[in-house]
Amino acid sequence: MSVRRLSADQPDAFAFAEATMQQVSWWLGKYPESRKRSAVIPILWLVQKQEGWVSEPAIRTIAEMLEMPPIRVLEVATFYTMFHLAPVGKHHIQVCGTTPCMLRGSEALIEVCKRRIGRAHAPTPDGKFSWEEMECLGACVNAPVVAIDDYYHEDLTAEDLEARLDALARGESVAPGSARGRQTSAPEGGPAVLIDRALYDGSLGQKLKLPNLPEPAAS
Amino acid sequence: MLADKDRIFLNLYGVHDWRLEAARKRGAWNATADMIAAGRDWIIQQVKDSGLRGRGGAGFPTGLKWSFMPKEVKERPHYLVVNADESEPGTCKDRDMMRHDPHLLIEGCLVASFAMQAHAAYIYIRGEYVREREVLEAAIKEAYEAKLIGKGNVHGWDFDLYVHHGAGAYICGEETALLESLEGKKGQPRLKPPFPANAGLYGCPTTVNNVESIAVVPTILRRGAKWFAAIGRANNTGTKVFCVSGHVNRPCNIEEEMSLPLKTLIETHCGGVRGGWGNLKAIIPGGSSVPCIPAEICETVLMDFDALRDVKSGLGTAAVIVMDQSTDIVRAIARLSYFYKHESCGQCTPCREGTGWMWRVLERMARGDADHSEIDLLLDVAGQVEGHTICALGDAAAWPVQGLIRHFRHDIEQRIDRYRAAKGAHQVRAPVAAE
Ligand SMILES: Cc1cc2nc3c(=O)[nH]c(=O)nc-3n(C[C@H](O)[C@H](O)[C@H](O)COP(=O)(O)O)c2cc1C
Ligand code: SF4
Ligand code: FES
Repeated sequence: MSVRRLSADQPDAFAFAEATMQQVSWWLGKYPESRKRSAVIPILWLVQKQEGWVSEPAIRTIAEMLEMPPIRVLEVATFYTMFHLAPVGKHHIQVCGTTPCMLRGSEALIEVCKRRIGRAHAPTPDGKFSWEEMECLGACVNAPVVAIDDYYHEDLTAEDLEARLDALARGESVAPGSARGRQTSAPEGGPAVLIDRALYDGSLGQKLKLPNLPEPAAS
Repeated sequence: MLADKDRIFLNLYGVHDWRLEAARKRGAWNATADMIAAGRDWIIQQVKDSGLRGRGGAGFPTGLKWSFMPKEVKERPHYLVVNADESEPGTCKDRDMMRHDPHLLIEGCLVASFAMQAHAAYIYIRGEYVREREVLEAAIKEAYEAKLIGKGNVHGWDFDLYVHHGAGAYICGEETALLESLEGKKGQPRLKPPFPANAGLYGCPTTVNNVESIAVVPTILRRGAKWFAAIGRANNTGTKVFCVSGHVNRPCNIEEEMSLPLKTLIETHCGGVRGGWGNLKAIIPGGSSVPCIPAEICETVLMDFDALRDVKSGLGTAAVIVMDQSTDIVRAIARLSYFYKHESCGQCTPCREGTGWMWRVLERMARGDADHSEIDLLLDVAGQVEGHTICALGDAAAWPVQGLIRHFRHDIEQRIDRYRAAKGAHQVRAPVAAE
């Protein structure tokens, strides 16, 4: 478990933006009418997208909306580690530190973050960057992996990460994916499998009779 | 070795388009209506005959699991919940299925839900998979628009499919924690019984299956249970997507036959171990939760449930983490212990306290700052966590530690001796347990 608390500095109020509200209604439509608290995680996420983090007034507003006691929303916000309980930088860098990434050099990436950004979870004075170490991001064959804002950057070296931070500092955007130009999770140099052309010529889409069908019942 | 024609995930690497039209050309949604027309008993029997075992880690027979659902729908609706939390270190296969072959999963959801008489299913995807969620949502939208799913769809079984997401908690991969999370609560596992088939989501009969378990079903039905059952060994049938990470020359995901030798998997598809096979130290063959195996065992072991169980490890999620001789294996396992400590939900004492305790001792052992007697103490504590908790995270935290000591006790001892020699033995403090 990790101990997570709300920030000491809290805004006075929170209000849903129009665009957020539309998405909230879309999410609420996914659950039975009497089960709307199911939407609490997606809504906390939308709030974080809007504000950059999850504040106490936001938690109270969500609780009211979902007819939940505020403590239940607070519990969820503190349990799930993707919710930022204090402001983060404009770009939040999440470095995977779990063993498969560690085996392929994540420690060097963490060093880059420490040197350039500073302490984990503490935004830089200009508010541009913050970082934290994450547990396995589920992209281990492309280790080491860093999520920048929402998307994964893979097969990174320390230099690759520095280059991305430089670009972001200049206000440019950075393209996610493999820094080594790999085709997603295929081996470097391209896959040696899935090359049989017959798989892709449409023949598999032709009408087909299922094997082992039950005998039609005699009528 | 698996031939291309026997692969299920034809767009595993995203070389081709994931969208509906392209997916159809690759065979998705082909004869789906005939599967539904053949009836749910037929579907369940086919899945049973195929020998498919759950791909989420535990390997429970999928067809059998489906048959636990109530035979008749009473006042409570049935649900299918797809486990796309994919957080077991080393594992990244469901990700590819969702971002590159989403229609196989959607079709599987319809067929499985029909077989269990569910009119609604939820896919619970981990929060970090933002891109994967975007693709999945877009593919589901396509399926609705083409009337493949939804109310009054062309298959004649009303069916709604919803994506739900988490927000960073490994424990939500445990099926009852996942259900709690989906109900809007902290992801803390439930005591079983009741099992989800009796009281799952919203207290209704529910089956939780891994993404891969569901996504392979339509192809099994199209090609026949016998086809699937003929791949691999008895009781370990079918194709499997392996994730090979760590110290290989070309890490990758690869769909292969079950029971393929581990060495063949690495040499053929991953460019071999970095520095050659002789440079191998150990492999964790099934995701971080299973015990590691040393190079001697890796030489001959087959990649399936039974073969890996026989060498006191497990197939788990089939995520193969390779470590060469340069690896500090004590640190590598200590980092996993940190992971379990970080991810424990905290509701049972042996897990909450034990994971932190094991991590702290291992950190000291990695430095050598420990006593030989603490190795047995650590083993003892691991044994007290294992099997004494609400969910299997406790076991998952104990097994890597047990595997380390089973095969690499000598490395730890050596480390301790070296540390003592460097400090001068008299400076070494008495064992202080973990604190
Ligand atoms: C701590 C823990 C984490 C788990 N994480 C996952 C996961 O991320 N994905 C998954 O499919 N199963 C996971 N499982 C296994 C599920 O509880 C469940 O057995 C599985 O989803 C069943 O699907 P299957 O029968 O298709 O394998 C986890 C289990 C435990 C104890
Ligand atoms: S074993 Fe650990 S993770 Fe599982 S319920 Fe107990 S405390 Fe929570
Ligand atoms: S360990 Fe880093 S993505 Fe899995």
